[in-house]
Amino acid sequence: MDEKEIEKVLKCMADEIEKKIGLDNTAIIGIKRRGAVLADRINKILSKKIPVGYLDITFYRDDFSKIGANPVVGTTEILFDIDDRKIILVDDVLYTGRTVRAALDALIDLGRPKFVKLFVLVDRGHRELPISPDFSGKIVDIAEDEMVEVRLKEVDKKDEVVIVKKWNGKEKT
Amino acid sequence: MEWKRKDLIGLEDLSKEEIEIILKVAESFKDVSTRAVKKVPALRGKTVVNLFFEPSTRTRTSFELAAKRLSADVLSFDVSSSSVSKGETIVDTAKNIEAMKVDCFIVRHSISGAPEIISKNVEASVINAGDGCHEHPTQALLDLYTVREKLGKIKDIKISIIGDILHSRVARSNIWGFKKLGAEVTVCGPPPLIPKNIEKIGVKVTFDLESAIDGADVIYLLRLQRERQKENFLPSLKEYSFLYGLDKEKYEKIKEKAFIMHPGPMNRGIEIKSEIAEKEESLILEQVTNGIATRMAVLYLTIGRKV
Repeated sequence: MDEKEIEKVLKCMADEIEKKIGLDNTAIIGIKRRGAVLADRINKILSKKIPVGYLDITFYRDDFSKIGANPVVGTTEILFDIDDRKIILVDDVLYTGRTVRAALDALIDLGRPKFVKLFVLVDRGHRELPISPDFSGKIVDIAEDEMVEVRLKEVDKKDEVVIVKKWNGKEKT
Repeated sequence: MEWKRKDLIGLEDLSKEEIEIILKVAESFKDVSTRAVKKVPALRGKTVVNLFFEPSTRTRTSFELAAKRLSADVLSFDVSSSSVSKGETIVDTAKNIEAMKVDCFIVRHSISGAPEIISKNVEASVINAGDGCHEHPTQALLDLYTVREKLGKIKDIKISIIGDILHSRVARSNIWGFKKLGAEVTVCGPPPLIPKNIEKIGVKVTFDLESAIDGADVIYLLRLQRERQKENFLPSLKEYSFLYGLDKEKYEKIKEKAFIMHPGPMNRGIEIKSEIAEKEESLILEQVTNGIATRMAVLYLTIGRKV
């Protein structure tokens, strides 16, 4: 995917939010780090700004005993009450579903949203938990030793989505 | 940089970068305590044991809350009613508890070096919660955190530590911590209570309170440990209070306002007058608040170290 395609997907997401969910009492929450960038971009496209928050899930991961403490820890920034709000949860890639599981736990510790809808840029399959997106920009079917890499200007200096072989670093788009 | 240490024994052993990792991680834990649900599942299933061979309410409570807010299970080991009073060594005590599969010991002991001895004999993490006159690393870390939060930095700030430096583990840890992060440290107290040759580790020494606090960004008052004054280091408490106790009169003489810190518990009327403890420049309760986040960071990093 290139810059234009990413832009198009974000427009579709914004449309979906306006038409099906409505902007009243709705908030977007992006999962750090790239989900947070996407959340900001979607909010810019909407006809009216709505509250945006960012979720850091480091402390909610289920692989602590495997990978240990991660000294690179971010902060959750959600400066509004999520009780009874309609929440759009945004992330770049949906893979095993474990990140989303952790994000849901983190969200529920902050309050009781009316509902949570999951919007992702790319769904790459190979789920390990019963989680499915409410909106996905692109579904790709790739092998387990391949990775989807989402690069965004704010973090990586350019917009693109590429598929990378895990071991030799060769790329194909 | 990655955190690799199993234990936290003192700030003397830590590098500047390691101290900075702890402060950074503490930042992300701070808001957990302000939420409706004051808990994250980071240490779920881990067991933390408070092993206090010396009485403490504040530090033990702070560690206990920190561990609980990380979802760990906490066991407080009551030494007075334990086998220690039947003559068991500290290493045997720790090994016996470890045999029940625990992940971390928080150790306080009146003898310097006790936590280190335990750490060398167990696989579990050991965190020093104060040992003799040696170190009290988490106190210094929360002090560093508090100063950095208030002044935006540690480098080049001036901190004056007042009181019984000789017997104070809080002073020792703070001197290491503040020096490593680039602060200018002055110590001040009655001559018998200032260790000889302390200038050699790069701190300034003065026996005069007025010159110690003038120009300081932070005035750090130590608790006068009355239980340690039996060997006649001081002529009298009254004299100490007159020369080194901070009151309104002495504070108002300094030109620029300075923050006031104290590790608690305070001896009101001895090292600190009530009017000083209640001042808006006093950070004493903020120190206590930040203790939770800092200790959460230490528990999280040591228990979750890379193996």
